[in-house]
Amino acid sequence: MKNKKSFAPQEAEARPSRCPDNSAFKQQRLPAWKPQLTIATVLSTFFLTGAFCLSVGICLILSANSVREIQINYSDKCSDCSKLRENSYNWNIECLCSVDFKLKEDMLGDVFMYYGLQNFYQNHRRYVISRSDAQLLGRDVNVQRSYCAPFTTYNNGTPMAPCGAIANSMFNDTIDLFYNFNSSVIQVPLLKTGNSWWTDKNVKFRNPQSHNLSSAFAGTARPPYWQKPVYLLDEEDERNNGYINDDFIIWMRVSAFATFRNLYRRISRKRHFADGLPAGNYTFHISYNFPVTKFKGKKYVILSTMVWSGGSNPFLGIAYVVCGAAATLTGAETEVRVLTGVLP
Amino acid sequence: MGDFVLGPWSCLSWMFKFCDSAVERGNNSIKTSKYNFFTFLPLNLFEQFQRIANAYFLFLLILQLIPQISSLAWFTTVVPLVLVLAVSGVKDAIDDFVRSVLLKDEKWMNVQVGDIIKLENNNFVTADLLLLSSSEPHSLTYIETAELDGETNLKVKQALTVTAELGEDLQKLTDFNGEGCTIRNTEWCFGLVIYAGPDTKLMQNSGKTTFKRTSIDRLMNVLVLMIFAFLALMCLILAIGNGIWESDKGYNFQVYLPWAEGVNSTSYSVVPISLYVRLYAWVSFYIDWDRKMYYPLNDTPAQARTTTLNEELGQIKYIFSDKTGTLTQNIMCFNKCSINGKSYGILSICLILWVLHLSNTEKVDFSYNPLADPKFAFYDHSLVEAVKLSDVPTHRFFRLLSLCHTVMPEEKKEGNLVYQAQSPDEGALVTAARNFRFVFRARTPETITVVEMGETKIYKLLAILDFNNVRKRMSVIVWSPEGDLTLYSRSLFSFDLFCLTTVLQEFAGEGLRILVVAYKNLDEEYFQDWIGRHHEASTALEGREDKLSEIYEEIEKDLMLLGATAIEDKLQDGVPQTIETLAKAHIKIWVLTGDKQETAMNIGYSCNLLNDDIADVFVIEGSTSDDVLNELRNARKKMKPDSFLDSDEINIQFEKSSKKTKLLPDEQANGVYGLVINGHSLAYALEGNLELELVRTACMCKVVICCRVTPLQKAQVVELVKKYKKAVTLAIGDGANDVSMIKTAHIGVGISGQEGMQAVLSSDFSFAQFRYLQRLLLVHGRWSYIRMCKLLKYFFYKNFAFTLVHFWYGFFSGFSAQTVYDEWFITLYNLVYTSLPVLGMSLLSPGDVDDHWSLLFPQLYVPGQQNLYFNKIVFVKCMLQGIYSSLILFFIPYGAMYNTMRSDGKAIADYQSFALMAQTCLLIVVSVQIGLDTLYWTVVNQFFIWGSLSVYFAITFTMCSDGTYLIFTASFPFVGTVQNTLSRPNVWLAVFLSIALCVLPVVGFRFLKAQLKPTASDKVLLKIKEAKKRPPPPSPKRRLRRTSTRRSGYAFSHQHGFGALIMSGRNMRPKSPFATTGTFSPNSDKHKHKGL
Repeated sequence: MKNKKSFAPQEAEARPSRCPDNSAFKQQRLPAWKPQLTIATVLSTFFLTGAFCLSVGICLILSANSVREIQINYSDKCSDCSKLRENSYNWNIECLCSVDFKLKEDMLGDVFMYYGLQNFYQNHRRYVISRSDAQLLGRDVNVQRSYCAPFTTYNNGTPMAPCGAIANSMFNDTIDLFYNFNSSVIQVPLLKTGNSWWTDKNVKFRNPQSHNLSSAFAGTARPPYWQKPVYLLDEEDERNNGYINDDFIIWMRVSAFATFRNLYRRISRKRHFADGLPAGNYTFHISYNFPVTKFKGKKYVILSTMVWSGGSNPFLGIAYVVCGAAATLTGAETEVRVLTGVLP
Repeated sequence: MGDFVLGPWSCLSWMFKFCDSAVERGNNSIKTSKYNFFTFLPLNLFEQFQRIANAYFLFLLILQLIPQISSLAWFTTVVPLVLVLAVSGVKDAIDDFVRSVLLKDEKWMNVQVGDIIKLENNNFVTADLLLLSSSEPHSLTYIETAELDGETNLKVKQALTVTAELGEDLQKLTDFNGEGCTIRNTEWCFGLVIYAGPDTKLMQNSGKTTFKRTSIDRLMNVLVLMIFAFLALMCLILAIGNGIWESDKGYNFQVYLPWAEGVNSTSYSVVPISLYVRLYAWVSFYIDWDRKMYYPLNDTPAQARTTTLNEELGQIKYIFSDKTGTLTQNIMCFNKCSINGKSYGILSICLILWVLHLSNTEKVDFSYNPLADPKFAFYDHSLVEAVKLSDVPTHRFFRLLSLCHTVMPEEKKEGNLVYQAQSPDEGALVTAARNFRFVFRARTPETITVVEMGETKIYKLLAILDFNNVRKRMSVIVWSPEGDLTLYSRSLFSFDLFCLTTVLQEFAGEGLRILVVAYKNLDEEYFQDWIGRHHEASTALEGREDKLSEIYEEIEKDLMLLGATAIEDKLQDGVPQTIETLAKAHIKIWVLTGDKQETAMNIGYSCNLLNDDIADVFVIEGSTSDDVLNELRNARKKMKPDSFLDSDEINIQFEKSSKKTKLLPDEQANGVYGLVINGHSLAYALEGNLELELVRTACMCKVVICCRVTPLQKAQVVELVKKYKKAVTLAIGDGANDVSMIKTAHIGVGISGQEGMQAVLSSDFSFAQFRYLQRLLLVHGRWSYIRMCKLLKYFFYKNFAFTLVHFWYGFFSGFSAQTVYDEWFITLYNLVYTSLPVLGMSLLSPGDVDDHWSLLFPQLYVPGQQNLYFNKIVFVKCMLQGIYSSLILFFIPYGAMYNTMRSDGKAIADYQSFALMAQTCLLIVVSVQIGLDTLYWTVVNQFFIWGSLSVYFAITFTMCSDGTYLIFTASFPFVGTVQNTLSRPNVWLAVFLSIALCVLPVVGFRFLKAQLKPTASDKVLLKIKEAKKRPPPPSPKRRLRRTSTRRSGYAFSHQHGFGALIMSGRNMRPKSPFATTGTFSPNSDKHKHKGL
């Protein structure tokens, strides 16, 4: 061992050289590849992207066109109710309204019923934050500390459940659909559950723990605009009541824009409606509660089928076609100039 | 080394210390660290908030703490701010620590004012001293002040004659040996420390250390203000919009959303730009790591001492260089000689003044000569033969060299002969003679002992005709043992005196310093007559100098030409090539030296600064203000006659605003010119109204040489250019006399590895050889600049794209400052998701072309000087690109989401899904963009880009997970969004469309721009691309052609007055130890002093 040690170069031991390491990193010689903008790469990028965009765009347009959709502005059609609701003193006067419409073609497959709101600024910052997620998880929280103001407590100190502007302004029209079949009127069966995200229903919203729901919400009061307390949102279905009511959950998922539609009901595919909605005459029976005319808003009810890319929105399809066409044309133009010698 | 404080002196020391205690004049350590443990936090924070970006951040933070105003959670600002401050703070602390540790290595740190220190030969004087006594006769001490003024010849300092009476003379003390000198040729000396540390003359003169900022750094502050104004405008638009909206729609919407108290303002963060800039400083490690800037001979790697100036290295326009030790090696070589018309010498015989290294060229065997100087290396064998063959002219030639000089010999041990030459070239000549067996061994005032071919001869020294600037020659008159009375003369080579031989012409063309040697046998009678008159003249009370000159001239007539010597002030390796390369990169080089005009010009020629391309060299040497003005104006008139017309732009510009300092635009001369200006003329030229004249004239010249300049003038010249030219300056030097210049210039470079660390300590970059400068600038500087610009461009682009999306959203959300993105995304966007790819691009990706090509095509450096890669126009372009991208990044998700459902009918147009989709689009687009911006893809780059994207998805998924939501309900409300949104095909279709729309136009635009409107560097890059396909060209080092010109190439660095000193015998030891009998012991002297 000792012998081996003595063989070590003594000079190197005496004074380590300050010469920098000869590593690829330190000498900036890492293997590198330079992406080059040559005519070939640029043109092929343009042509490939163009072709891809065109084909995707055409697919999107075709499938969006296969969507059957009917949209009815019922705030205009039910103008009497609209006027009645403009005055908030009439809040407990019931207003019913019927809207007839005709389906010229069958709506095959799953049919979804939406309510649509226009000019309703659900994305306003003060509106977006006006909620208490902890409260909606069934936790006992001091809503005064949340962003729910001014919809936190009543003057006597009773907290609102749920608190905040979003919950307070919940959409509360009731819409039923009737099928006029051979002079008989058949109510179209609608599904009111299973319309929200699974995570919302099972994770984000929970009722407070108690032996029954009304006691769980004891000591709280309904929001001022509500007609009934939260534990009476769906008296028929225990699993759709309180905070985990689907209508409530869907309303609480605020929209990104001032014009939006929320899923209201799904058509239950039973008996007459096993394949969807057959062509014919239909009537919406609407219990008109939600005022919109005051802020120049509009209300719609929409029936729609769905395809893989969603609903009838043609934007993506058109955008793809335009983008693809532009890329292809630019590529072709460049190609022509290269061939004619304008470009080197 | 205060261990020589002697007993009786200690009370004096105490007295000094007492006096000084009032002003806290401490020890010799110079404090360069800024902080200590306690002051670090407050001081550092204060400094950091001086950056506008940081201050802006703090301002935002304060705004965000007011809940009515803020639209974002507090952490969106605090996290980046704390991170910025922490990273910067740690870096400052490390820098400061390194700096303070570095200084502790210096010895002499504990020297106190009043201490008496002993300095030995070749020691560095580390404080201002009062010389008390020395080993030399009459307490003479030779010092070299190259560090102070760049002059390599020795200066003599004498101690006060009566050191015992020193106490009484204290008030009269004026004789300072300044710090920064080196003791030479003096075995030891004692000195009393008068000023130490920061009070020394040197430190007082070396100027203030100022915090250097790069031009990009300054531009950045402007840009941050611009961004601030831009954002303020955006906020104003949104606020007005909000006002209109609230009164129009919000008023009616109050049913659902009652008005809140207070204002609604949007505060978008401009992001931690300074963090990136600080992190970018790590790029300086590449300089430290560069093996091609490592000098193996003295084991010195290059060092970036300031880490924040990297990109400015790519923008240098003016280089101010010292001469001695920077361009030259401080080595004199007796290169060639011509004896009786025959020229000898192939390579060089070098006297190495302070030993750096010896080249291992073939050495001539001097073993036949026991007295040869072993440091001597090489010479022509035929010359040895000539000497051995007793060729008469050859013998006479070397005899002359061994006799005609003012060198002092020192022989402490038999055979160990050391010469103390006052000028290095003289030393070289005498040493050369010595190695040819004409050994100058000893001298007394009356005699010179020479060992000629092994035979000791004592010549009687009758007269030394001292050197002066008029005659430019020196002579001795000796009486040889054989009884010949001879005058030996060494003269500056000049064209009118001697008829030119082709040999001499050749010597001169090679940039050697040429000295002509001649002799004359004297008639004894005439000499007696002459010596009498000489004595008369030398004792004359009036006009002594003139009379002596006359006498000298008289006897120095009709000399017999014996030959010529050629001495080379050896340049550092690769200096001419480096200068040529730098000149091609349009960098102007100014040489500022303490040397004489002839020496300086000589070096100018030999290092290729001045060459045949130069049409004319203007010499400014006027000694009055008017003369200088005239000379400068004449020079300018010749270079650019138009510039005196009233219609000249600059004249008009200065007419308009005569008071204010204005930046001068570059002027083009009608040819290539050089300017040489003398120190005393420079003093006038630097005054008030001449300043402008000097700058205009000098900047039109390709080469400027300032000679005989003081350290302060060096700084003033740099300051002048900084003041009038919008250009980045670099100063390079090795000595203490360059410190002020190094500190003044935008970038200071110190040559390390020699004695004396002042220049290095105050420099920003240091390395061992001048030639590394081209690598520092053309490779590292250029890369740094390009990378920094890429970093900034990309940085602004990605943040404009990011911020403006919110602006567009404002129009759709009632101008309510609702953010598009999740708060966490906003917080992490700059810090985590996009930071590593940017840093990867700027820190780890190689530059556009590798070092080999950068050096081969120096013109690639030019765009940096013109600041083409990042300026306000580029910034606006980035902004426009950012605006375009933000439009795509908002409206594509908007259109894709509007009134859309998932295929199962459930919601997807909700705010959270939209936010997630928009931020995914943004992140992928900016990642693709950086891939496009990265010139070279390395594994690391790709890893960072893909890694950052993966980290984004991982973090987002975690934040949207059930568990996170249940634990931190309030902070992560996005639960479930990832699963429900990112699983949908139309989301990804929208992402792809965004990429295509954002990136394709950029690709097309860049491609077309490169094809249709290629810049100069694009063309060079194309050339390189083509060249790469061919076999590799030869290495960039080329042989420079030597231009042969008719110019005088010699300058004595002689000083007048040494002849008289020798003849008076004042510098002679009473007993020369070996030449005669008797012993010598330095210890005996030491005891003597102890006794005092």
